[in-house]
Amino acid sequence: MQDVKEFRPTIVAFCCNWCSYAGADLAGSSRLGYPADVKIIRVPCSCRVNPLFILRAFQRGADGVIMAGCHPGDCHYTSGNYFARRRMTLLFSMLDYLGIERERTRVEWISAAEGAKFAKTMNEFVATVTALGENKRLEDLRCKK
Amino acid sequence: MSHNKNAAAVEEVLRSSGVDVRKCMRCGKCTATCPAFDEMEYHPHQFVYMVEKGQIDKLAASDSIYRCLSCFACMERCPRQVEPAKLIEAVRLHVIRAKGANHLKPEQIPAMLDEDLPQQAIASAFRKYSK
Amino acid sequence: MQRIGVFVCHCGTNIAATVDVKAVVEALSHEPGVVFATDYQYMCSESGQTLMREAIREHKLGGVVVCSCSPRMHEATFRKAAAKEGLNPYMVEIANIREQVSWIHKDIKEGTEKAIILGRAAIAKVHLNQPLQAGESPVTKRALVIGGGIAGIQTALDIAEAGFEVDIVEKEPTIGGKMAQIDKTFPTLDCAACILTPKMVDVAQHEKIKIFSYSEIESVKGFVGNFRVAIRRKARYVDEDKCTGCGICTEKCPQKKVPNEFNMGFDTRRAVYIPFAQAVPKVATIDANYCTMLKTGKCGVCAKFCGVGAIDYKQQDQIVEREYGAIVAATGFNPLKPTQYDELGYATCADVVTSLELERLMNAAGPTAGTLLRPSDKKHPHTIVFVQCVGSRCDAENEKGKPYCSKICCMYTAKHAMLIRDKYPDTEVYVFYIDVRTPGKNFDEFYRRAVEQYGVHYIKGQVGKVVEENGTLKVQASDLLSGEQLHIDADLVVLATAVEPDKSARGIATMLTASMDTNDFFTEAHAKLRPVESPTAGIFLSGVCQGPKDIPETVSQASAAAAKVIGLLAKDKLTCNPCVAQSDELLCNGCSSCERVCPYGAITYSDKEFRGPNRTTLIRRVASVNPAVCQGCGACTVACPSGAMDLKGFSNRQIMAEVDAICKM
Repeated sequence: MQDVKEFRPTIVAFCCNWCSYAGADLAGSSRLGYPADVKIIRVPCSCRVNPLFILRAFQRGADGVIMAGCHPGDCHYTSGNYFARRRMTLLFSMLDYLGIERERTRVEWISAAEGAKFAKTMNEFVATVTALGENKRLEDLRCKK
Repeated sequence: MSHNKNAAAVEEVLRSSGVDVRKCMRCGKCTATCPAFDEMEYHPHQFVYMVEKGQIDKLAASDSIYRCLSCFACMERCPRQVEPAKLIEAVRLHVIRAKGANHLKPEQIPAMLDEDLPQQAIASAFRKYSK
Repeated sequence: MQRIGVFVCHCGTNIAATVDVKAVVEALSHEPGVVFATDYQYMCSESGQTLMREAIREHKLGGVVVCSCSPRMHEATFRKAAAKEGLNPYMVEIANIREQVSWIHKDIKEGTEKAIILGRAAIAKVHLNQPLQAGESPVTKRALVIGGGIAGIQTALDIAEAGFEVDIVEKEPTIGGKMAQIDKTFPTLDCAACILTPKMVDVAQHEKIKIFSYSEIESVKGFVGNFRVAIRRKARYVDEDKCTGCGICTEKCPQKKVPNEFNMGFDTRRAVYIPFAQAVPKVATIDANYCTMLKTGKCGVCAKFCGVGAIDYKQQDQIVEREYGAIVAATGFNPLKPTQYDELGYATCADVVTSLELERLMNAAGPTAGTLLRPSDKKHPHTIVFVQCVGSRCDAENEKGKPYCSKICCMYTAKHAMLIRDKYPDTEVYVFYIDVRTPGKNFDEFYRRAVEQYGVHYIKGQVGKVVEENGTLKVQASDLLSGEQLHIDADLVVLATAVEPDKSARGIATMLTASMDTNDFFTEAHAKLRPVESPTAGIFLSGVCQGPKDIPETVSQASAAAAKVIGLLAKDKLTCNPCVAQSDELLCNGCSSCERVCPYGAITYSDKEFRGPNRTTLIRRVASVNPAVCQGCGACTVACPSGAMDLKGFSNRQIMAEVDAICKM
């Protein structure tokens, strides 16, 4: 058994190139820290995030997945984040049905000017996922190294 | 500067008031607004500044803390949401708690009532003279 | 398998201080496919790039991973370097170990571990990268400037002077903006109209400039180099081509009681009007809200008197569609209406005015013909109180005001105070300030002149209360330096209200897909290095729409934006983003899901012949993407139910590979 105190979650963050990735850069250049457990994947737009990517992350042992995009109405591609929002709503309700805690997934709108919000969101999310503990339900044991 | 000596008192006043004195940009609108200005030795903006500097003992010794009308005009009009009235109240509470007794008891009220006394003044008096 | 080279940057100590660079190199050198791994002080430097180019040559690298700063910073640099060595630039990936690691994690062990994982993810992605070829798209050699204030005027003139066509879209009946309303300009006290109106005339006469006045942006489609904009020409009920601007209609119109917005409502105008004498275009406009003819059908006086038959009561809004290569936002500002400050009495006392209102009261072309008279009784005020920072510099939680410094108020208040003391030495002028901020050439000298030469009373403190009593304004204020509370009987109180982005800017930003900050100012592409460009390609920023500015700053920023536009329009072709969607025709089932979600209309369906079994042919309806129109958002890739649609550079397999590398198993 893993010691609960030692548990450090693996968190995948999908960030859109125009707002949230730039927000993460701003958090960095403003030296606003958040736990190293968060690893960012850059996508052109939140609408590029296929629900399958999130399932894949859980399958491969991620403990939490967060998707961040431009604020509604501010999408660089005009409407991408609206598609993303609908898709994630559907996916999250399916995950809920499967018994995956709602708190393991999150959608957040973070603009390029919101470095502080980026850091705050990540800190909160890591704390929430850490409290939930390890994700075991969706792990695919065949993938274990 | 009496910074270290008063650290605990400053901490208490900041905690009980919930005021962040560092938000103050020293514009003085609180003091410009204050209707009790002439009665007070230290004025609202000085409360903010002196608490930041740790000079609680001076404020506690001054009767300014009882002259504040608790009208909250300074809180309403502060552009930086500093809320000086809460700070004055907190210093007053600090003094009253140190003395350990209420200065105004409900049973004293009927004897003090007169027709011209507004209800608000009684409420305000309770704020000022009780723990 | 690709032959991959890994380059880890120290960024001086920016990365090396909290990431063990050597350990990252060591760990990544054992990753599959990695044939070369090294570290260097500054990878982005000339010698760093040379190091990378030599490695590409010597080790025959097919893919490159640079562990350095954000790809938003130097991805283009490293791609260019790779291209010089013959490697396809899209075979370069960046692992961001500065903004995402060294700058935010203090623990070396933790930082190094994360840097290694991010490096692995980038290597996993590079294995699946394909060489991409950027396409080209043509550039429409015409620019659109939204807003006809001094910012828009300067930008348009500069672009037109370089030989390109420019359209100005202005929502008011005339160009000129706020500067046209101002009396004098600091710090030289030139008359604003004297320096602005010649520029307005230049605009009107320039053969390359077309003005769409009384017009608004209806919609924006397309992308850099190829915007299609619909402009709504609001019905002004006057034929612009026929009207000579003689003004006879504006004298004969019987509807005299329309508040004159140009004079801040201090006087009235007719229902048909020309905003001011030097208006451009000098064409009358009928205000449909007040015109008796348009409201009741009974009047027609203006049409009777018009000698050229320009009045047209049946005119309708017109939509004009135009094409542009670049768009400049110059939407400007408005001063905040301080009605929410009850204590300052703006809503209740006629003699409490804003600074822009004072400009009109002092302007020779204003309602009082330049004699300073207070609005209530038209008497000369003898004591004037100025209040600084009204609505500026408020806490972010404070809903009444703005968190920023409006920048121009200190200077224009010094100007007002100085002009009043100069013209009316019998007037006492008090200025209540929090700080006096005068950075700028000859600005502080100007402010000191107001104090030393003109005897303006500057008082460190604020006004807490203004109450009217028998025609006098009782001002209660603090003097923080003397520790007094002051009670001044004033005749006029002037509020230096915050600058606020024009209300139309938000809607325009949405149409342009240009980002804005929380205060509704347009965001620049880089706060220091790209201050006149929006992050959205082809959109440029001019003037106060980007942040508070005075006139000299606005003009220099307007010219800078023009220079950027000229640089873009001078090109015949633009290189497109090659990271676009691509459909696999063999997998496509013709469902149209992708077509419905595409925001650019880049996907079309057509019938194609496919070879079937036994030498038969099948006709199937399949999707194809126009790579010049596709912007690469990827919405279609997720909508596609058969997995036929994929995005180059961010393919399903590439992102999955990154996910796998990041996750622990």
